[in-house]
Amino acid sequence: MTPTAPNISRWASLRRRMEHALRPWRRANPMARRLVVVGLLITGFFGFLAVFPNAVAPYAEDQYRFVEGTTDDPLTVDADCAEVECPQIPRRIEPTEGHPFGTTADRFDVFSRVIHGARVAFAIVLLSTALAMGIGVPLGLFSGYRGGKLDRALVTLMDAVYVIPGLLLAIIVAFVLQRYFDPGLASAAVAVGVVYIPQYYRVIRNHTLSVKEEPFVEAARSIGAKPRTVITRYVFFNVVQSVPVIFTLNAADAVLTLAGLGFLGYGVPFPEAEWGLDVSRALSDVVSGFWWTAFFPGVAIMLLVTGLTLVGEGLNDIINPLLRVRGYKGKVPDRDEPAPEADATQDEHVTVGSRRETR
Amino acid sequence: MSTPVTFASPDDRDRAGPILEVRDLSVAYGTPQGSLHAVDRISFDLHPGESLGVVGESGCGKSSMGRGLMQLLPPGGDVGGSVKLKGEELIGVGRRRLRHARGQDIALVFQEPMTRLDPLMRVSDHFVEAVRAHRPDTSKDDAKQAGREVLAAMGIPPTRADNYPHEFSGGMRQRIMIALGIVLNPAVIIADEPTTALDVIVEAQILDLLDRMRRTEDVGLILITHNLGIVAETCDRVAVMYAGRIVEIGPIDDVFANPAHPYTKGLLRSVISTDTTELSSIDGAPPSLIDPPCGCRFEPRCPEAFDACPSVDPALTEVRSDQHAACLLYPGADAGSTTDVVPPERDAAEGLQGETR
Amino acid sequence: MTDTIIEVEDLHTHFDVGGSLFGGEGDVVRAVDGVSFDIRRGEIFGLVGESGSGKTTLGRTILGLVPATSGHIRYRDMDLATLDEKQFRPLRRNLGMIFQDPNASLNPAMTVGQGVGHPLRIHGITSNRAETRRRAAEMLDRCGLSPGEQFLDTYPEDLSGGQKQRVVIARALITEPELVVADEPVASLDMSIRAKVLELMMDLQDDLGLTYLYITHDLASGKFVCDRMAIMYLGQMVEWGESEDIYDDPQHPYTRALLEAIPLPDPSRRDRDKKLPRGEIPDALDPPRGCRFHPRCPEAFEPCGWEPKDLVDALEERWTTVDEDTFERELGMTGDLERVGFEGSRLRFSPEDRNAFSTWLQDVGPELPTAVWSGVETVERDGDDVVVRFRFGPEPGQQQHAGRTVACHLHGVVARPDGDHVGEPVDATT
Repeated sequence: MTPTAPNISRWASLRRRMEHALRPWRRANPMARRLVVVGLLITGFFGFLAVFPNAVAPYAEDQYRFVEGTTDDPLTVDADCAEVECPQIPRRIEPTEGHPFGTTADRFDVFSRVIHGARVAFAIVLLSTALAMGIGVPLGLFSGYRGGKLDRALVTLMDAVYVIPGLLLAIIVAFVLQRYFDPGLASAAVAVGVVYIPQYYRVIRNHTLSVKEEPFVEAARSIGAKPRTVITRYVFFNVVQSVPVIFTLNAADAVLTLAGLGFLGYGVPFPEAEWGLDVSRALSDVVSGFWWTAFFPGVAIMLLVTGLTLVGEGLNDIINPLLRVRGYKGKVPDRDEPAPEADATQDEHVTVGSRRETR
Repeated sequence: MSTPVTFASPDDRDRAGPILEVRDLSVAYGTPQGSLHAVDRISFDLHPGESLGVVGESGCGKSSMGRGLMQLLPPGGDVGGSVKLKGEELIGVGRRRLRHARGQDIALVFQEPMTRLDPLMRVSDHFVEAVRAHRPDTSKDDAKQAGREVLAAMGIPPTRADNYPHEFSGGMRQRIMIALGIVLNPAVIIADEPTTALDVIVEAQILDLLDRMRRTEDVGLILITHNLGIVAETCDRVAVMYAGRIVEIGPIDDVFANPAHPYTKGLLRSVISTDTTELSSIDGAPPSLIDPPCGCRFEPRCPEAFDACPSVDPALTEVRSDQHAACLLYPGADAGSTTDVVPPERDAAEGLQGETR
Repeated sequence: MTDTIIEVEDLHTHFDVGGSLFGGEGDVVRAVDGVSFDIRRGEIFGLVGESGSGKTTLGRTILGLVPATSGHIRYRDMDLATLDEKQFRPLRRNLGMIFQDPNASLNPAMTVGQGVGHPLRIHGITSNRAETRRRAAEMLDRCGLSPGEQFLDTYPEDLSGGQKQRVVIARALITEPELVVADEPVASLDMSIRAKVLELMMDLQDDLGLTYLYITHDLASGKFVCDRMAIMYLGQMVEWGESEDIYDDPQHPYTRALLEAIPLPDPSRRDRDKKLPRGEIPDALDPPRGCRFHPRCPEAFEPCGWEPKDLVDALEERWTTVDEDTFERELGMTGDLERVGFEGSRLRFSPEDRNAFSTWLQDVGPELPTAVWSGVETVERDGDDVVVRFRFGPEPGQQQHAGRTVACHLHGVVARPDGDHVGEPVDATT
């Protein structure tokens, strides 16, 4: 026990814990890992757009005039600037070099609107799932661990909420919120978030119910841990592992719900760039043959949802140990005659490829 | 039950011929780190009416061996080698033949009976289904009648044949499972830890039942267990498995009285019995089966290891009549090696005598 | 130094099961049903029994992990049976527990160091991380995981079963408790390492002056480990005393059966006459009256508490041995056994031909596989029915015999106070 020991072991222990946390990933089957990587690439791409929209977008989200020296400095939009000095962006022009995704009836550049839309999508998704998680997880933990009448009451309440279709519930909440607050990011986030509280609650509560019966929870009681300690240090860390999966899958769903809200006019107010809103405003264009105003925001919604779903499905495979072994094939060493068995199992061994074989 | 060993002597057995011939059976599973060789080229024979105990600790491959015999492996499992039932090769045959063989010729008895019984079906209907799956022209009544008879032989009152599985206790369910297994008069029964979930008294009842049955019906019984006591009480021969291999196989009395392999010796010493006065155990842990060591797999834990052990893989060799061990202490075990293996001064015979009491 | 550390008196632990949605009365399982014993300081006291015997519940009740229904557990100046969870908490540093399955009793999300050190933090024995880690490493060292520091940051999943159980032991002993309840501590370990773990437990007992309550179903290890022991059956103790006495000369048929049934690695024992009890441990919801072991007991006789359902069971058991024709004929005689009437200590048959039936029953009764007929007092006709009446069968009380306490009528019929007897005592009996 040298005086420096604690410091060294602190680093070592941190490293050990990181390794432990990453272990499911390393053991995961390659297909699941590929899903997660592809999903993360797509999601990450939109994430970049959301954080740095101005690095990519040539125009601001609600910019309808070219400003002098536009392409160099698109942000200095001067509303008072005269028609002659600052010409307006033409309406509804087809995708061209200056406007790769075309423009809308409001003279907005679709390309820029799609990029700025990522910001709203991410903000809402993060805020709403944070809200849902912040309420659903502790409630689920508490209710599952305590049990009894409170648990029954909460389950009934959550089931009642769960029965209402997500979008409908979001609309109702958004509608109520509109009466008291200005519409905006926050109220849209709350409207979307409420939908997901029951999901977190149910998953966490059910998981808590089963973890609660594990001998290590009784062991914690036997060493004198208070219920709060048992919940936070013994139960919590064993139930949170299901949260990332719900999170990503909910996030995908939240993008759709938000788009739905926007489409129906209960989302963020115009002229904020939001994909659902843009699709909705482009409805009349479609019948006139101006396909690009609805097409590109629609593609963006689809891509982001796909990306998040891939991450979620991949994580589910990785975190759920039962699915983890899937995809690995064993191989008995060939006896002296190598040829006959080889063909029967050949095509099933595609995934083996990179791993070392022992003879 | 006059003599302790009632099955045929070696000569008689040769005449009858083995009912099951297993040669170089291997089982491997897929893991992220590579193939896990749970069973590695094991060979043995089973004769009609004989009961062979397969013992070993968790992870030694004994259950995988049982599943490999029936080719009932989880996804990702691979099986190789040869399993001959009455001279007919089972490895590599079609699914239809295999399904027919499981049940008709080979019955399986598992540890958890409830998971194998359909909770929505009456016990008698299980029998109808089992019998008619293999003999489609049996009438329903005949099948039920056959079921009632084996159930009665297993100690289940005929009045309860139409009850549902959940109305029975754990021991009764295991009796039902055994009855289901034998209703088609199979040639071989593979019982994988059939009594692990049961209490000692019920365990003894079930083992008595299995023992009586294989004697009267001339069924070959493979009893897979971790409990040396169970093997000693029910089996004629015992195969000791370690790290996917059979390290010792032989008649029960010989192996228990004069164990040849150091692992068998250690295992027998570590059993806590009613007359135990001193505790003993085997230090260390079994090797990884993903990348097993090239020499003797028990060498790192072996108190009798010498210089050749880490490099030469021992083969089963006859130590005494019918008793085989895979240990370099005995001549002939170095069959696969190119160099001569010379055990140290304290040679095999002496070491063996020392253990004999 | 034979002072008593814990004294249990008439302890009951009952569970409600199957209560209705509206909180109505459900059935009650009497998992521990009137148990009295004491544990002496420094000894290993064994609780031996099959699953369902209540041994684990008894151990958990003593540790306050399950609330006692009634009775007393005297420890120091307190009655543990009356403490609530909060009052119990500070005592837990003196009362430890070792669990059966080391794979499940360690928190997979905690490192070994955190897990072993946690009791120290909970009871405020150490105040900072370095001190906790140092103490945890010391304890791991002591439990054979050395060097302890190397294990502090590993996770349970990296350890073998034996190592995990050592961690569990370290966690239970780090607060230096007086009494440790060890619930089947080696049952889920591999044969070759069981001895090592038991050795460790016994070494630590000497070093730390521990007292163990050792719960097991395995009589062989029980004999090696325990100074005194109690054999439990259906929530009650049937025989208790010095381990050696019990093994050398068991006085209760159940103890004898358990000893006979253990499979030992000795092929020469295989053809012994086992005299196994029939059937299995009955449902604790509806335990047999009289002696609870009597339906299975190979030595049961007249006063053991024969009751109506035993006669039905005996008839069914008989039918597993007779041929098909006899079975059909006799079933026709008795009628459907599910329709017989249970009326306390009387059993009502409604046969088609009551004369033929009573003659047959009188003939077949003494031949039944159990001694149930010895408990039959009369077979009477009641209208069209035939009623079988059973005689007084008291639940056995405890008595001293051959240096231990035993509850069995074989050593003289003693009725247990407030026992669950069959029928009413008649002046002429006893």
